[in-house]
Amino acid sequence: MPDQIEKTTPDPVGAAGAITDAAVTGAATAAPKREKARSLGSDAWYDLRRNPVFVISALLILFLVVVSIWPGLFSSTSPNDCDITKSRHTAESGHPFGYNLQGCDVYARTVYGARASVTVGVCVTVGVALLGGILGGLAGFFGGWWDSILSRITDIFFGIPILLGGLVFLSVINSRSIWVVMGFMIALAWPQISRIARGSVISAKQQDYVQAARALGAGTGRIMLRHILPNAVAPVIVVATIALGTFVSLEATLSFLGVGLEAPTVSWGMDISTAAVQYRNAPHMLLYPAGALSITVLAFIMLGDAVRDALDPKLR
Amino acid sequence: MPENPQPTAADSGAGAPDDVARVEAVMAEPVSRGEPILSVRNLVKHFPLTQGIVFRRQVGAVRAVDGVSFDLHQGETLGIVGESGCGKSTVAKLLMNLERPTAGEVLYKGEDITRLSGRALKAVRRNIQMVFQDPYTSLNPRMTVGDIIGEPFDIHPDVAPRGDRRRKVQELLDVVGLNPEYINRYPHQFSGGQRQRIGIARGLALNPEIIICDEPVSALDVSVQAQVINLMEKLQDEFNLSYMFIAHDLSVVRHISDRVAVMYLGKVVEVGTDQEIYEHPTHPYTQALLSAVPVPDPSGRDQRERIVLTGDVPSPANPPSGCRFRTRCWKAEERCAAEIPLLAVPERFKDSDTPAAHESACHFAEEKDVVHA
Repeated sequence: MPDQIEKTTPDPVGAAGAITDAAVTGAATAAPKREKARSLGSDAWYDLRRNPVFVISALLILFLVVVSIWPGLFSSTSPNDCDITKSRHTAESGHPFGYNLQGCDVYARTVYGARASVTVGVCVTVGVALLGGILGGLAGFFGGWWDSILSRITDIFFGIPILLGGLVFLSVINSRSIWVVMGFMIALAWPQISRIARGSVISAKQQDYVQAARALGAGTGRIMLRHILPNAVAPVIVVATIALGTFVSLEATLSFLGVGLEAPTVSWGMDISTAAVQYRNAPHMLLYPAGALSITVLAFIMLGDAVRDALDPKLR
Repeated sequence: MPENPQPTAADSGAGAPDDVARVEAVMAEPVSRGEPILSVRNLVKHFPLTQGIVFRRQVGAVRAVDGVSFDLHQGETLGIVGESGCGKSTVAKLLMNLERPTAGEVLYKGEDITRLSGRALKAVRRNIQMVFQDPYTSLNPRMTVGDIIGEPFDIHPDVAPRGDRRRKVQELLDVVGLNPEYINRYPHQFSGGQRQRIGIARGLALNPEIIICDEPVSALDVSVQAQVINLMEKLQDEFNLSYMFIAHDLSVVRHISDRVAVMYLGKVVEVGTDQEIYEHPTHPYTQALLSAVPVPDPSGRDQRERIVLTGDVPSPANPPSGCRFRTRCWKAEERCAAEIPLLAVPERFKDSDTPAAHESACHFAEEKDVVHA
């Protein structure tokens, strides 16, 4: 039976040589520069650029970011410059969205409200990804007691309903700045990312290439940074991008419930809250901030979905 | 095996300086051809079975490897065969120091490498490398081929000067029959056989003396298997390597091995040259295993005797007393349950010169020509 192998086998060196020659000529005629740009990351980017969902949501988000950084470019009226005599007036020249209960310009408030939403969304996502990613990643990497303790702490935080927690904790704080609200959201939202990071680090840790690196004598730092981190970070990025949309709506929800941001900060959630009671008399007060919020949340969730499709190797 | 490997402190901590000096002296010692370069003595690995989440209690142990001894000689290929779950891969991990043994020694030129840590262990790793089973998971998908094969040089910077590394990586690609232009490609752009060649190139990078191959071809197509095996044989001659070749495919093992060890349920049951094992097996398990090998010749197929074992492999968490094979053996008697057979040349062949006079762990070892080939 061993002779069987010998007979059916072409000379490996000859075969390899033939392949090599063919490949060399092939590579020489084809553009050799494309060779470099074929990492998984660049493949994902190549896919994303051709995905209309990604392009539309990315443009929308870019627009939102510009609006939140320079709201003055889009509205010459101040959101807090109100005239009570114009309370609940509908659209008129120069004020396309009409006025709210206090006689403030709804268009200006919608434009200025973007800042709070985008800031909260981006900062909470970054904070949660860092806190949850690091804690969960370390728990997954080191395992043992560290993992047991951290996982139980994660469970405790996971068990606190975020809205109920908001009503309880935030209502006792007298002045809620945007930092307080963001800090609260990070403190209650990190367990989700932590669990995902832990899981993906554990699955990356068991791969043979990690064993191979250890067999070569690689230290803990090299294994973490070069082998585990690049392979474990994708699910965290995906979940964080999708969660960004939910953080935007969570901020609005907290503000709507009266435990989120406080005046004079302008926030869609607060405007929706005050407009909701009046929506039969003056629907325009509710429509515009609610519409802006829905579009923003949708844009972030669609972006997250497109990123997930691009980063998931199983879909390639 | 069930446990996921924990990163041991051993890899990061600094070893005692005298360890490093001694190991480096040992590594530099030449070993003449045919002398043992790696000796395994009573190697044991038990994976604890625990209950409870916060307060873990050990309720038992999976005896993955339970007292294994063998020698790997300089320049030879030692094949290890056995069915799934018999502890072959755990032995490989123990030899690579990827797992700490529960007991026993792995002597590399007389130095017990299981006790080393830090720099001394890192130095030994240069001389013992590994080729993995699955070419799809053994290469980091986020690294280019150049980075993967060049990583050994990053970890052991003294092997190749910095400016020289790219050229060295391309040389290695050439040695394993891949186009050196592929250096910037990623693993997913290669076929299984090509990936396994990349894995072999990484194993060769540090110019090791011993390569442990954990089922290096079982994930490949048959035609590609032959190419990879022939490549490995060519490299063995070229670089004077000693291989430990783990597989469950008996024909592949016979083709490449000089000596073969047969494992069953965490123990070695028979060791000998490939001719001794394949043509003069004396352990009933080896005989049963060989009788299951497909014979490509229809006329030869009718002649050979089939030994069909009954029952399943017992759980390694609760192995049978005495001889571990007794529950499925047609020769088993009371003595087999009471007395563990030692791996030694059987009494009846001790003074004879026949090929049957090789180590076999059976109380009733006798020759039986199963294959009639």
